[in-house]
Amino acid sequence: MKVLNKKNIITLVLILVFYSVIQGLISARVINSFYEITIATICINIILAVSLNLVTGFTGQFSLGHAGFMSIGAYAGALTVMNTNSTMGFLAGVLIGAIAAAFVGIIIGIPTLRLKGDYLAIATLGMAEIIRVVFLNMNDITNGAAGLNGIPRYANWLWLFVFTAVTLILINNFIKSSLGRACISIREDEIAAESMGINTTKYKVMAFSIGAFFAGIAGALYSSYFYFIKPDLFGFMKSIDILVIVVFGGMGSITGSIIAAIVLAVVTTFLQSFAALRMIFYALLLIIIMIFRPQGLLGTKEITDLFKFKKKSEKIE
Amino acid sequence: MSLLSVEKLTKSFGGLTAVSNVNMKIEKGELVGLIGPNGAGKTTLFNLLTGVYVPSSGSIKLNIDGNEKELGGLKSYNVTKAGLARTFQNIRLFKDLTVLDNIRIAMHQNVKYGLTSAFFRSNKFYEEEVRLMKEAEQLLDIFKLTHKKNELAKNLPYGEQRHLEIVRAMATKPVILLLDEPAAGMNPNETLELTNTIAQIRKDFNLTVLLIEHDMSLVMKICERLYVLDYGTLIASGAPSEVRTNKRVIEAYLGEDV
Repeated sequence: MKVLNKKNIITLVLILVFYSVIQGLISARVINSFYEITIATICINIILAVSLNLVTGFTGQFSLGHAGFMSIGAYAGALTVMNTNSTMGFLAGVLIGAIAAAFVGIIIGIPTLRLKGDYLAIATLGMAEIIRVVFLNMNDITNGAAGLNGIPRYANWLWLFVFTAVTLILINNFIKSSLGRACISIREDEIAAESMGINTTKYKVMAFSIGAFFAGIAGALYSSYFYFIKPDLFGFMKSIDILVIVVFGGMGSITGSIIAAIVLAVVTTFLQSFAALRMIFYALLLIIIMIFRPQGLLGTKEITDLFKFKKKSEKIE
Repeated sequence: MSLLSVEKLTKSFGGLTAVSNVNMKIEKGELVGLIGPNGAGKTTLFNLLTGVYVPSSGSIKLNIDGNEKELGGLKSYNVTKAGLARTFQNIRLFKDLTVLDNIRIAMHQNVKYGLTSAFFRSNKFYEEEVRLMKEAEQLLDIFKLTHKKNELAKNLPYGEQRHLEIVRAMATKPVILLLDEPAAGMNPNETLELTNTIAQIRKDFNLTVLLIEHDMSLVMKICERLYVLDYGTLIASGAPSEVRTNKRVIEAYLGEDV
């Protein structure tokens, strides 16, 4: 078994087909620029949700500070691309943003990940607020509350798609490796995991900083696509928005997060014509899902599991 | 030099001394039982040995082929790496994962690829995953759980869950296996089967076993030596036949003569 096995080739072909179809629809103007914004939001939200899912859904560490890491990526990316104003500068900005976020993730993760449950949630919430306030007060660099304006727009459908696909592949690879299983065992039973030789602190910090890394990518893409950022965009509500996608799709399901990000973005876009009722519908949808499927749309299953199950039952027949 | 030597091991929680001045020696290949009435401190002693608790004083020394290592104060995962694996009195499987994943997680400490290989699926990743799968299936074969490898651990019958806990501990490749009440809640048939399994793995894997047990039929049948704990102190030790007639042991279990 090597990298170029049947399964990987099929995945690659599917990715290319999916990209071409959407690109075709954009070129043919079936998808107009208004819907293009929805697609960009979906891509960014998928990256955010899947990276948070790694921390909260798979490793079981409840984090309410994901927007903080996103803002680090957004500011680092925006400042780099504003100073270089080239595609290479944009890509460097994404990388710098991601590394900066991962670095902060490690620094913050080591002390806070000793905490459990709601205590951890509150600590991460506080951490995100600290990051926001720091950006608010670094007037010389971040332009304070007014934010950064006129960030060159290099993030287009191509780059958004590439980064989303890469994020999904890498996080999926991680979860299906021995290191990913070590993270999942922490969620299942921390004491047992430690007794089976797993350094729980190490894997918690690892998951946390990988999550921060990809949140940083999402932030940098966001800043370049929407060419305007300010600290308030990355407040408590943004973290909750990401968490809602993860819970809605199912904690511990990557495909669940993807579906939830798409569904919620489409619902939001559709409801924009009913401005007054928008938040009511949105809230109702969430309440209904939580009553009838408290584990989220997919729970801990993946869409691909359904196909596997079918194959198995066919074999038995 | 003994494989495991415990000297003057003490653990107190505030004013309560749960384990006090315990001395134990376990030789390579032995099967030793640890018995005592409820609340005697048996599980606390296990938790001290496996790094769940830090000893208040005393030492735990592991000696593998002349390499001596102090285990007191080490974290659980380092104790497991050193060669001690355990099961839990109240089953602690990864309930929502498959039988196979439960075992592969326990094998994680011997996996030889890192973060980059995991992210980019290098050849090493595939080689190691194939190896893990093979070894896990071999272990499951020995314990006759192969046909259940894709079932969730929580869906196994109680007896098999107990067995799976032992398999999972075996997957860490231990030198000493610590079993905390492996027969708790089992019926006589299941206990008999378990007794045979323990004897079997001990022979096949050249293991040293320390077990806590309340089921005297199991203890008397397979243990070569017993330690008896009462109120945190060792009150007796020796062969099962000696311990059975020891006056202090009878008093601890049944109370003194009036």
